[in-house]
Amino acid sequence: MIFKASKLTAAPYILWVMIFIIVPMALIAVFAFTTTVKVDGEGNILSAEEISVMEEELAVYNEENGTEEELELDERTIFTLDNIIKVNDYLPVLFKSLWLAAIATVICLVIAYPMSFAISRVNANRQKVMIMLVMLPMWMNFLLRTYAWMTLLEKNGWINKLLSFFNIGPFQMINTQGAVVLGMVYNYLPFMILPLYSIMVKIHDTTLEASSDLGANVFQTFSRVILPLSMPGIASGITMVFVPAISTFIISRMLGGGTNLLIGDLIDLQFLGNAYNPNLGAAISLVLMAFILLCMSITNQLDNEDNIEGVLL
Amino acid sequence: MRKVISRIYLWAVFAFLYIPIIVLIVNSFNASKSRSVWTGFTFDWYKRLFSNQAIINSLGNTLIVAAVASVLSTLLGTLAAIGIYSMKKVPRSVLINITYLPIMNPEIVTGVSLMLLFVSCKINLGYLTLILAHMSFCLSYVILNVLPKLRQMDRHLYEAALDLGCSPRQAFMRVVIPEIMPGIISGFLMSFTYSIDDFVISYFTYGPTSQTLSITIFSMTRRKVSPEVNALSAIIFVVVLVVLLIVNFAGSRDERREKQLERRAIRGIRITRQLTAASPAVTAEKNIGDSITRGRENKNGGE
Amino acid sequence: MNKILFRLISLLFIAAILSLSVFAYDSGWDIPYSDDVDWKKYSEENITINVYNWGEYISVDAGDDCFDVNAEFEELTGIKVNYSNFASNEELYAKLKSGGSTYDIIIPSDYMVSRLIKENLLEKLDYSNIPNFSKIMERYKNPEYDPTNEYSVPYMWGRIGIIYNKTMVDEEDNVHSWEILWNEKYANNILMFSNSRDAFAITCARLGYSMNTTDENELRAAAQALKEQKLLVQAYVMDEIYDKMGGGEAALAPYYAGDAIVMMEDNPDLEFVVPDEGTNLFVDAMCVPKGARNKAAAEMYINFVTETLVARENSIYIGYSVPQQDAFDALPEEIRNDEIRYPNLEDTLKDEIYIALPETTTKLIDSLWTSILSDVKSSPWMTPVMLILVIGLTIIINVRREIRKKNKIENQ
Repeated sequence: MIFKASKLTAAPYILWVMIFIIVPMALIAVFAFTTTVKVDGEGNILSAEEISVMEEELAVYNEENGTEEELELDERTIFTLDNIIKVNDYLPVLFKSLWLAAIATVICLVIAYPMSFAISRVNANRQKVMIMLVMLPMWMNFLLRTYAWMTLLEKNGWINKLLSFFNIGPFQMINTQGAVVLGMVYNYLPFMILPLYSIMVKIHDTTLEASSDLGANVFQTFSRVILPLSMPGIASGITMVFVPAISTFIISRMLGGGTNLLIGDLIDLQFLGNAYNPNLGAAISLVLMAFILLCMSITNQLDNEDNIEGVLL
Repeated sequence: MRKVISRIYLWAVFAFLYIPIIVLIVNSFNASKSRSVWTGFTFDWYKRLFSNQAIINSLGNTLIVAAVASVLSTLLGTLAAIGIYSMKKVPRSVLINITYLPIMNPEIVTGVSLMLLFVSCKINLGYLTLILAHMSFCLSYVILNVLPKLRQMDRHLYEAALDLGCSPRQAFMRVVIPEIMPGIISGFLMSFTYSIDDFVISYFTYGPTSQTLSITIFSMTRRKVSPEVNALSAIIFVVVLVVLLIVNFAGSRDERREKQLERRAIRGIRITRQLTAASPAVTAEKNIGDSITRGRENKNGGE
Repeated sequence: MNKILFRLISLLFIAAILSLSVFAYDSGWDIPYSDDVDWKKYSEENITINVYNWGEYISVDAGDDCFDVNAEFEELTGIKVNYSNFASNEELYAKLKSGGSTYDIIIPSDYMVSRLIKENLLEKLDYSNIPNFSKIMERYKNPEYDPTNEYSVPYMWGRIGIIYNKTMVDEEDNVHSWEILWNEKYANNILMFSNSRDAFAITCARLGYSMNTTDENELRAAAQALKEQKLLVQAYVMDEIYDKMGGGEAALAPYYAGDAIVMMEDNPDLEFVVPDEGTNLFVDAMCVPKGARNKAAAEMYINFVTETLVARENSIYIGYSVPQQDAFDALPEEIRNDEIRYPNLEDTLKDEIYIALPETTTKLIDSLWTSILSDVKSSPWMTPVMLILVIGLTIIINVRREIRKKNKIENQ
């Protein structure tokens, strides 16, 4: 093309892609399909029972001879499908995450849609201020904001205290699924408002007027004009809320109290948590990735469909 | 009537967004350590915050990592974008799709995969791994910001510069770079902010000496929570608000420029779309990627 | 784009404020440290040691003029301490096992020490650098978890018990039994350990099994009991318990005696008991993991923490019991007589000390624990229904899209 030598400038990046994108993904796959086993001197794989038998024999031997020999076995990594099969046990958790993330996404959409439309209809200066107000909370660390919700939702928290003035409650709000969904909605709502707003701000008032001049009522204007035009915003909003929501592990831990485990927690548990098993963790990650791709291809088609409609309109 | 309803609705949603922040700020002045009992007004937590070495160190770490990661990714990313731009269709779209991967993938999977990489290469977790991990997503932001600018550029400009006697290097530095500069800058700023914000990827790749602010806050929220955290968040909020207001009031002259930027961003998306649509090998990912960039651009670019 | 710029400016602004206000540490403590050690040996070398400890498990200056162990050590030796926390032994293990992190000092519990020794993850200590080891009480030397005492120096010890809120628990109910953690009356008012070993141990104690059981059936029964308990549990916690019990969020929780003492100081409604079925007596010990960069400096730190007055102040502050004889003797009398901290020997007869379990048992516990936590209260047909739903949705959308495409082409 224009710069003759410029193809070479991508060379470092290609190297980077190999090392930091391809290889790590491949590693996940490798971990997901392997496991570490103990082998004896001849390379035979030892089962757990065999090892404990060997250990007992050695203990007896040590006691008899007063020695302190230890069992030393080589380790070897072998191919296995066990991890993937084991993920099957945790599918309910995956579906629960899917379910909660879907609820959170829908709520975000329901709240954000009229919100962004309302913002897009005020005058330009106020729009600017309002969008600033939408984004301001995102500049604070999300752990801190989630932590603030703990203060609000607790049994002796602010909401229950307020309600007790009216002799209502107390309600169990924290450590429930509802709290987890609330945390997701709160954290990711701006991700839904912003793309929707930027699409809606392009829908001119004149378009809406034209629609009503041509005899459409409010509902028809919405379903035939606003909705199709805002479809791309909906699609990107859904993606931006759904993906982080399904894979979160902090919100569920802080607001769900560890009793509402999500798929992200499960992965964390296998790598840096209480049940160290990176092979299983990698397998769960792999399944999660596949699921997200599937879900995104659905959203993606929502967007495509609209393109066709947009043409027809 | 409709206006009143929409007004009420707007403020209700804003209340939802701001109540937790108000809670944090109010509690930062609470003399009691408990979060739900008010025992009096105090500035103690602010004083203590400033003498809290752990928080100050981690703030420093955060800034160092963000600065290094975003500068390096801007350099590498700009070069990469130029290279990708000059490639043939198929390798180009393959590469672009791979570039989307770190943004599309759930963060926890990216974090875990990088941890596996570092650990299997026996690299000690620390600044280096943290910076490399942050670069892995920063690079994508830079490339996806610079590429549209390259497509927009009139390629005859470069040839004209050569014709007018520039050496290829001069033509590149004097003509190409200034043309794509806005993309480079927005890519840099985007990587910087995402790097500062990041928790999940840092969580899997930080070492004992390189805890970032997010990590420190995380370990604080897991223990007996100290109200210093509230003080910290109140300070961050006030500073951000003040800076925002100043720039907002002083910044009306930027309006025109922003309009222009927005227009450019839209064009950029269209171009990226064409770029990725070019290959038959590209399927679902491109549109997802598009919608993500579009979202990100909206978040960071459009006001 | 401007917004990012504002954000950048604001962060720099914060950084500026914060960096202006770094106060130098000035201790009001004038402690005569033992002079058989050259404390200044590494002061010129600009060494940093990474200490990895449990949360809330060291005396630090939180603005209340407490003895700050790390700051004092830095002042005395010129070695910088980089201090970070883990929440449970298993988390520490995962961090060490997954590799990549270099710590100079870790403080695991007994059973984890022996597991780490077995897996060759600990360095042998050079006890000539730790003369204060001689002051450790005889019964904490050569412990079962480190029979030859080559790898570890005891840090603190304690017991697990039940901490409860007097205003929320009925007097009639027997808090002296683990059984109360399964009492449906307190549904949603019970907190539980979020680490597998402690959770399984107290469940085993309740069911009358050994805390160190390796019997698969017993462990499965314990897992079943934990699953039943999950319906009553408000949250699985470690140090979050301070917040929750302190704020009256929950009525009952099993936790470590030392932390219970600190919580009771903050909230007088709290009380601590050790159940009659017996409990776990644990010793946490300082070790140097393989790959430590500054082993000698780490040993100096271990020696410092074992200094009589340091150990004394530290144990008073964190509420745990100190295994160092001179430090114990130097404690105020009311603390020495405190039965929570220093129970009578005959009361501890039923206590069990964790031993390292065989790898198969550990793996079983890990997978049972994951399945307990991920036990979803849902009907069994949820999985297939969701699967069908997702696949169905994809097909419908695709079909619709194809039809539309066709129509469009025909229209043209």
